[in-house]
Amino acid sequence: MSIKIFVPCDTTARSLGADQIATLIQAEALSRGIDITLVRNGSRGLFWLEPLIEVETENGRLGFGPVTANDVQTLFEQDFHQGQTQHALCVGLVEQIPYLKNQQRLTFSRSGITDPLSLQDYLDHDGYAGLENALIMTGQQIVDEVKTSGLRGRGGAAFPTGIKWQTVLDTPGEQKYIVCNADEGDSGTFADRLVMECDPFMLIEGMTIAGLAVGANQGYIYLRSEYPIAHHILNKAIETAYQQGYLGNNIRGSQKQFDLEVRLGAGAYICGEETSLLDSLEGKRGLVRAKPPLPAIVGLFGKPTVVNNVLSLAAIPYILDKGGQAYADYGVGRSRGTMPIQLAGNVKNGGLVELAFGIPLNQLMNEFGRGTRSGRPLKAVQVGGPLGAYLPESQWHTVIDYEAFSSEQAVLGHGGVVMFDDSVDMGDQARFAMEFCTVESCGKCTPCRIGSTRGVEVIDRIRAGERPDNNWQLLEDLCDTMVDGSLCAMGSMTPIPVKSVMKFFPDELRHGRQE
Amino acid sequence: MITSGKWRIETVREIIQRLKSKPGALLPVLHAVQEYIGHIPDNVVPIIADEMLLTRAEVHGVISFYAHFRNHPTGKHIVEICRAEACQSVGCRQLEEHAKNTLNIDYQQTTDCGNITLEPVYCLGNCATGPSIRINDDIHGRVSPERFDELMGNCRQRLQEAG
Repeated sequence: MSIKIFVPCDTTARSLGADQIATLIQAEALSRGIDITLVRNGSRGLFWLEPLIEVETENGRLGFGPVTANDVQTLFEQDFHQGQTQHALCVGLVEQIPYLKNQQRLTFSRSGITDPLSLQDYLDHDGYAGLENALIMTGQQIVDEVKTSGLRGRGGAAFPTGIKWQTVLDTPGEQKYIVCNADEGDSGTFADRLVMECDPFMLIEGMTIAGLAVGANQGYIYLRSEYPIAHHILNKAIETAYQQGYLGNNIRGSQKQFDLEVRLGAGAYICGEETSLLDSLEGKRGLVRAKPPLPAIVGLFGKPTVVNNVLSLAAIPYILDKGGQAYADYGVGRSRGTMPIQLAGNVKNGGLVELAFGIPLNQLMNEFGRGTRSGRPLKAVQVGGPLGAYLPESQWHTVIDYEAFSSEQAVLGHGGVVMFDDSVDMGDQARFAMEFCTVESCGKCTPCRIGSTRGVEVIDRIRAGERPDNNWQLLEDLCDTMVDGSLCAMGSMTPIPVKSVMKFFPDELRHGRQE
Repeated sequence: MITSGKWRIETVREIIQRLKSKPGALLPVLHAVQEYIGHIPDNVVPIIADEMLLTRAEVHGVISFYAHFRNHPTGKHIVEICRAEACQSVGCRQLEEHAKNTLNIDYQQTTDCGNITLEPVYCLGNCATGPSIRINDDIHGRVSPERFDELMGNCRQRLQEAG
């Protein structure tokens, strides 16, 4: 009988040589006369083990990682394909690895298990169960289910998804749109990418359900151009969904219509801001729009539009399958359900950790992350992307919960956790926050466009010891102006990392890192 | 991708006509033109504007807004180095220095041999296994300076093989 061997196809596995390993495994099997079926599965999100090769055995899938091209021959010599475990890279049964076993995977339940492009795999693992339910519900019933779930926007703003959908449902209009924000530009985040590369049908299903809920028949996925593999996989999956009647003008014979297209961004961080994204989709410069009007009322091409992050839409199939209450049973306070946390940067065991809200940050970094990759002491953690605060050790007790983070003048954002060891110069990081804003500001409002440039200059003066106290005061004023006067979160949140460095690492901003 | 002058204006028109009826078609059109020519030459701008009933200023404005679109030719290989925080925490600042020194160019420049164009990028979504770089459409993780030299060696080799 043919032996099933899995080699992941996501960006991280491929960036570490998975394609070459897949070719070598096939060649080696052929030369040894071993009958194998090679499956390019998604990634489990255990990135320090990638490329993580799995072999199907009677007891479950046996893992080997991180595998390099040089290991392929010895893997065969030690009969890994027969479930032998003596090879040094054997990590045992994958599902028993504590990092994976101790997670609560609702959204990422299929990631790494299935072949992302196999619709049959998707159906065999609860796929499209949510859509089947949604097809016999009214729009209002679907929206109510999402409200019950307590789901809040996972892109960073944490606005209740059900309320946004209600607004679009209630706004009259012949033409409405569902737009998926897949412009995942925050450094330290890759959960959207994993959804699109490892379980694309889940996103397609979530968007289709959103369309049924609010009465929209057209969807767009606005995908950043930095994700070529996700682009390829999404397009393939959409093609299959059309062929099999899951997209188009008669979804599953229901006479209901939903069309879906991927649109590529072009290297602009600001297009992750929803109104800038809409302008970009309309074929314009990605300039931020003033709100109101809300996109839910006047959105894409002036029509009522749901704009949701990938993770928000990816949570929908579970909610419609198991019920909103089943999702709301996870979490704490007003943060319901699970949060896919991404452990990144200088971390030993980096990867995706999906857990119910409520776990302390330091527990994530220690029990899952296992400290820094360099082995040096952890010094600062930036949570929530380039607009998030740098947190020192005194703040690491903060629990993963939107309200807990905002009470510390920090943001949970899209769930990226970037760890830095003690070699980091926090003054450099504060300067970079302003520099990044000069590069990525859309330029529409002055506090963001000019403020960030002045911010870099003022920080340089402080670091050069030029009238440091006056310039410190100036930087504080500048930050306040940006917070109060900017049109969108880019300008108003750039001061968050800067102010966190001013508060927690003031000496380093003034004098540089001391050995 | 054609990076030499061997492109036909008729093909550009065909590309525009194939895509222009899409709602908000300008970005798809620009992507397709850049995919075909390798960049978006200034003399194509009036053609796009004309076909799509836009002004030249509007088309130019969109091209210049987005980092991905270029109005000048690039080298055979585009090498993008991630400059964002997660890669900073594992040494991308040193990698940047190394790349600029060994290739003897700055960002947005091309090596004398016309082989490599260096670009900054802000996140490739490979943040647990940085520093990350992208060479054309391939992303590479845990790129040490030594690994960078190896990868650049491969680029040079491929150029030589291509003659």
